[in-house]
Amino acid sequence: MTDILIQNARLIDPEAGTENPGTVLISGGRIAEVMREDGPTGAVLQKRAGKAELVDAEGAVLAPGIVDIGVKIGEPGERHKESYGTAGLAAAAGGVTTIVTRPDTTPAIDTPETLEFIRRRANEAAPVNVLPMAALTKARAGREMTEIGFLMDAGAVAFTDCDNVVSNTKVLSRAMTYARSLGALVMGHPQEPILSSGAAVTSGKFASLRGLPAVTAMAERMALDRDIALIEMTGVRYHADQITTARALPALERAKRNGLDITAGTSMHHLTLNEMDVADYRTFFKVKPPLRSEDDRQAVIEAIRTGLIDIIGSFHTPQDEESKRLPYEEAASGAVGLETLLPVLLRLYHSGELDLPTLFRALSLNPARRLGLECGRLSKGAPADLVLFDPDKPFVLDRFKLQSKSKNTPFDGARLQGKVLRSYVAGKEVFKSS
Amino acid sequence: MRFDQRHLLGIEPLRPDEITAILDLADQYVSLGRRRDKHANALAGLTQINMFFENSTRTQASFELAGKRLGADVMNMAMQASSVKKGETLIDTAMTLNAMHPDLLVVRHPQSGAADLLAQKVHCAVLNAGDGRHEHPTQALLDALTIRRAKGRLHRLNIAICGDIAHSRVARSNILLLHKMENRIRLVGPPTLMPAGIESFGVEVYDDMKRGLEGVDVVMMLRLQKERMDGGFIPSEREYYHRYGLDAEKLSFAAEDAIVMHPGPMNRGVEIDGTLADDINRSVIQDQVEMGVAVRMAAMDLLARNLRARPTEVMA
Repeated sequence: MTDILIQNARLIDPEAGTENPGTVLISGGRIAEVMREDGPTGAVLQKRAGKAELVDAEGAVLAPGIVDIGVKIGEPGERHKESYGTAGLAAAAGGVTTIVTRPDTTPAIDTPETLEFIRRRANEAAPVNVLPMAALTKARAGREMTEIGFLMDAGAVAFTDCDNVVSNTKVLSRAMTYARSLGALVMGHPQEPILSSGAAVTSGKFASLRGLPAVTAMAERMALDRDIALIEMTGVRYHADQITTARALPALERAKRNGLDITAGTSMHHLTLNEMDVADYRTFFKVKPPLRSEDDRQAVIEAIRTGLIDIIGSFHTPQDEESKRLPYEEAASGAVGLETLLPVLLRLYHSGELDLPTLFRALSLNPARRLGLECGRLSKGAPADLVLFDPDKPFVLDRFKLQSKSKNTPFDGARLQGKVLRSYVAGKEVFKSS
Repeated sequence: MRFDQRHLLGIEPLRPDEITAILDLADQYVSLGRRRDKHANALAGLTQINMFFENSTRTQASFELAGKRLGADVMNMAMQASSVKKGETLIDTAMTLNAMHPDLLVVRHPQSGAADLLAQKVHCAVLNAGDGRHEHPTQALLDALTIRRAKGRLHRLNIAICGDIAHSRVARSNILLLHKMENRIRLVGPPTLMPAGIESFGVEVYDDMKRGLEGVDVVMMLRLQKERMDGGFIPSEREYYHRYGLDAEKLSFAAEDAIVMHPGPMNRGVEIDGTLADDINRSVIQDQVEMGVAVRMAAMDLLARNLRARPTEVMA
């Protein structure tokens, strides 16, 4: 593999929290050298680079590739919605260099055998790294724990029943106790299951006007409080997949302050949209948990800024047209996001709410750290998983041009700024914009 | 006065002058309905399809009669019995009907937003005859007409809406309409039957019915669905009747000339006392039914005028 020298880039280092002009040398699939403009001159690099391929970034941003936790791919069971091939292309085009997949497939990924099938399929078909999560309980039914040890040996990086919240607290506490003995990471979906059952929107004026079944924002806090008590009881490593309400934040803050091994994520949608965006029953805006109030959105942005919420994900959930072209209550939840994650979140950069090092701390560094991965950093020796993008380039999103098989994005027709120019996985270029 | 709507999906998108336009025309149709010869030809040559995905006797009959009095070809489709049972989606059904080139599509559906969804997919004018817990615009319009005729005006009245507000599309449409026309609205009922965020609707909320009815000009009762009666939302039918059923004693707190309304069908002895419902000095429940036909004639007439004014886009 030839070395690559990316010159004249704005380097985002989320570890140091800095943004500097500079040059990066990629060699043997890793970052061999990072030279800031204010450090030793590029001439040293030029010499070392020898016959490296030169890439002039022309001032574009170079950041560690995104690690997206919680991606749904339709294999097995719903390959017409998304395959590893199409998801991989979408990820590469979106600067996502590591996909961490959800086990809520049909059947669920709950045995080492299905997990191995997934890994084989993923390695054949996807140009980016794919790391699978496995179910915490068999068939995600909340009754018996899965073979957590075997699944870890087979490569499961975390355990979750996704939106099937384990409502039996005894089952969950045992699974957590067992997971703790293996050092396994458990990912929860903090939604009180009975309060939130059947809900399509967050309760409030908008929900009442539209006459849709709604769930109180408090259901998130309640479930998080329960999980925090269980973390304290079992000592498990825990990650809350999506924290989306202001009311849940003090509980999270307290748990962290008390030294519990807890992290939290949120979704791109909850950072950039609110409940009013559903407007006249637009089902592409139906996500799980439902979109929240504007106050909640602001609080979640602030929590990303302070680092209280660690991770941002796309929660990529492909759905075909048929499952969305239904009355709102019956329509399927979820939106595709692998390809739109970065440009959509750059809205927060352009509005001055988040700077780029903070954004990539939540998109790349923190998720990699939480999963014990080497990537997510822009420093010497790290894997050369990188994204090069022009943060200012404007475009209008056309959902039919997305790489995903499913086109269910709420951002169709949205004016966005920010285009991925190139993506690299282990030093190999996996995407180049035409 | 102008009416600029292409569909009648709810009260929410209507302007106050559009509401007045419908009511003014409906007044004329009330007179027509009282004549021996009840025919007009405003909808002559047009096809009206009534698609009811939910049981309804009154509303469907009212729309059917309204269409027939105006000369439309009216077709009723009882959708519970049809291909919906065979797994056909709402959109597929709509596309099939659309191919028959209807001009007016009247829809009732158990899901909120179903009428909006249909309106996006078909070429004709869609009238919402009730979608889930969302809206029931013609009911609110007929209630408005009833009030306007009984009280001589439709503004600056004190109006109490009582009962199961949370699950009622009738309540939503009425709140929106009466609010747009600048009335003072009180909602009366147990807190378990109040929708979330109700404080921000510009209404006053009471859980004590006598205080809620104090001095009001209009008492609108809502039907309490059977499935909400035991244990889930209220303790029992009899406790509900005791606290929220309208009887002569509770009504005595309202203004002396207050009128009593109910969208029907009534649960006598649950939300309203039977004798009171039949008291012609107070109850305007029969008038509501009459106004229903007139208001639906007016709404369809106005939509048809807008339909005819547009170049035909589907005939090619």
